[in-house]
Amino acid sequence: MRPAIEILKLGKQYKLTTSAPYVALRDVISESAKNIFSAKKKEQDSFWALQDINFSIEPGERVGIIGRNGAGKSTLLKIISRITPPTTGEAIIRGRVGSLLEVGTGFHPELSGRENIYLNGSILGLKRAEITKQLDAIIDFSGVEKFIDTPLKHYSSGMQLRLAFSVAAHLEPEILLIDEVLAVGDMEFQKKCLGKMEEVSKKDGRTILFVSHNMDYISALCNKAILLDKGIVVKTSNSKEVISEYVTNVIGKSFLTNGSESHIGNSVVKLTKIQTVDENGTAKNNFSVTEKIGIEMKFQVLHRGHELWLGYNIVNEQGVNVFDTHNVSSPFYNQVYEAGEYSAIAWIPENLFNTGSYFIGCAIFNHLKQVIHFHEKDSSFFSVHDSFDAPTARGLSPGNFTGIIRPLLNWDVKKIDR
Amino acid sequence: MEKPVIHIKPPSRLSLGFKELWQYRELFYFFTWRDIKVKYKQTYLGVIWALLQPLGMMLIFTFLFSKTWPINTGDIKYPVFVLSGLICWNLFSSSVSHAGESMVQNANIIKKIYFPRLIIPCSAMLVALFDFLIAFAIFIILCFVMQQPPSWTAILYFPAGIVMSLLSAAGLGLLLAALNVKFRDFRYALPFLLQVLFFASQVIYPLQSVQQSLFKYLLAINPMNAAIELFRAPLSNISPDMTIIAIGTGSSVSLLIIGLLYFRKTEAYFADLA
Repeated sequence: MRPAIEILKLGKQYKLTTSAPYVALRDVISESAKNIFSAKKKEQDSFWALQDINFSIEPGERVGIIGRNGAGKSTLLKIISRITPPTTGEAIIRGRVGSLLEVGTGFHPELSGRENIYLNGSILGLKRAEITKQLDAIIDFSGVEKFIDTPLKHYSSGMQLRLAFSVAAHLEPEILLIDEVLAVGDMEFQKKCLGKMEEVSKKDGRTILFVSHNMDYISALCNKAILLDKGIVVKTSNSKEVISEYVTNVIGKSFLTNGSESHIGNSVVKLTKIQTVDENGTAKNNFSVTEKIGIEMKFQVLHRGHELWLGYNIVNEQGVNVFDTHNVSSPFYNQVYEAGEYSAIAWIPENLFNTGSYFIGCAIFNHLKQVIHFHEKDSSFFSVHDSFDAPTARGLSPGNFTGIIRPLLNWDVKKIDR
Repeated sequence: MEKPVIHIKPPSRLSLGFKELWQYRELFYFFTWRDIKVKYKQTYLGVIWALLQPLGMMLIFTFLFSKTWPINTGDIKYPVFVLSGLICWNLFSSSVSHAGESMVQNANIIKKIYFPRLIIPCSAMLVALFDFLIAFAIFIILCFVMQQPPSWTAILYFPAGIVMSLLSAAGLGLLLAALNVKFRDFRYALPFLLQVLFFASQVIYPLQSVQQSLFKYLLAINPMNAAIELFRAPLSNISPDMTIIAIGTGSSVSLLIIGLLYFRKTEAYFADLA
C-alpha cells in the first residue's frame, strides 16, 4: 500500500514584515519609486519556517508532531491541509483530508445550533447527506439537545465548544489533521472526543496527524511521532522514543549544560546548570505527584558586590504561569554575593502540581535596582504523573482530576451536635 | 471508492480550477445560505428591505427628474425607466461591495480551512442576486401598473442584462477582493469608486441623451451602461444601441479575465496575508 502522506524536501519561507501583516499601498508605491532610482532591490528579511522536511506516513498510522513553539509544527499542518502553499518541495496526500486546526471554524452566532452543525460540517468537508445521517448522533454527543434550535449567541462558551467538538468528532475523512484544538475546554469532554477519534482511527484504519504540546495525549493517541526543531525534522520514531528525545535533548539541550559553555548570563552572573532533582539530589525529569520536586540552578558570580535575587517561575502546558518564587526564605536573599560558584534549590512540596508537563523559567535579578542579569524562559522541563500507591488528592475518584494545581488539603469534617 | 490524490506544490501554473469548484458546490451553497439567512435575521421587516431601498430611490428620482427637471426618456415612463436602472445598478454595486469585502470578512475561515477561495466572493454575489430577484418581482408589477408591459423579447434581454451586470460585478469584485487582502486601502476607495460609476451609468438618465458621440462611447466603457441598455430594451420600441453593448461587453469580459487571473494568482497566499 502506498503511503497516505508523503513529504518530499518540503520548505516554507516567510518574509518578515515589521509592521502590520497587510501592506499599505503607499509603502508599495514609495518602495517601487525608490527602486527605480536605486536600481538594486532592497533585500527583504526572511526566514525558513520549515526546511527540507522529508517523511512518509502509512495509512492507519497515528502520528504526533512535537516540538517547541515556533518549531514549525503548525506551518507543516497548514501546508498539508493546503491553507498555505510550500515554497519548495512537495507533498502527496492520498485520501480525503479533514483538518481541525480550530474547533468551530465558521460558527455564526446568529444561526441556531442545528444550522451551525450543517455550516461547520460542510466547512470541514462533510457532505450534506452525511451530516443529515449523523445529525442525531452529533446532537446527542454534544449534550446540548435542549438548545439546538436557539441561536448560538445564547450559548455559553462551553456549550459552543461541545457542539464544535461533536461535529469534529464525527468527521470521517481518511486523513485527519488535528492542531492543539484539544488544549481548551473541559478535560472530561476532551477525553471523550479523543476516545472517539482513537476508536474511529483504529476501527477504520484512519490516518491521524496530531500536533500537541501535551505529551500525555501524544503518548495516548499516537503510535509514532515526529520531532521538529527550528523547522527541521530531528527524529522520527515510535512516540515513546521521540517524546524522551524531546524532553531530554530539545527542551534540555541548551540549558542542562555544565561549566562555562553556557551563554546565559552577563558579566556579573552566569548560569551554569539548571535541572530538576528528587529528594536524594538525583537529576530527573519525571516525578510522581507524591514526590518532592527540587529545582536546582548552579551559577557563577563573576563580580562581587551585587545584591542578587534568585527566582523561578513555573508555566504549565497551557501557558499559564502557575507561580513565581524568589529565594526570600534563604539567608542569601538580597545579600551581597562574593565571587564564586553557587547552587540554589527550591523545593516544591509533594502533592501540589496536577499531572502534566511544566516549563521552568529561571532568573537572577534585582527588582529594587531594576536589573535583570538573566531571565531564561523554558530553561528546563519536568512532568508530573499520577501515583496510585500513595494517597493523593484524587482519593478514590477515577478519570480525570481537573484543576491547575492539585493540592492535598487538610479537611476538618465533623458532625455538629445540637 | 477511488481515493483522491492531492499533490501539494509551490504555486506555479495558473488554472481556473472549475472542476474543484464543482466538487465544493455544497460549501458554496452553505455559504450563500448563511449569508442570506444572517442578513435578514433580527430585522423586523426582513426581506422587505430589499424592496424599500430601490423603491425609495425611485420615488426621489421620479420627483426630481420627471417633475422638477424633466429628463427625456423616450417612450419609457420615468418611474419604470429609473427603477429598471436602479435594480440593475443595485445588483452590480452590492455584488461588488459584498465580494470586495468578503475575503477580509472571512479571514478566520480562510486561515483555518482549505477550500477554493473563489467560493467566498461568488457566494457574496449570490446574496446580491437574491435581493435583486425580490426587487425584480416588484419591478415587473410596476411595469404593469404603469401600463408599460415589457415585450416578449424580455425573455432574452432581461437575462442578458442580469448576466452582464453580474459578469461586470464579478470582474471588479474579484479584483477588489484580492486587492483588499493585501492593501486595505481599497476598502476606503470602494464607496467612492461606486459613487463615480453610478453617475457614469445610465441609471437616472439615458446614455442616448449624451450629445457628443465620443463622450458617449467613452462612457460605454463602463460595462453597466451596456447591462442597463440590454435590460431596458424590451421596455421601448427603439432598438438598443449595439455599439454601446459591444463596447460594454468587451470591457466587461476583459475586466472579468483580469479579476479572475489576479484572484487566482494571489489566492494561495491569502492565508499568509489576511
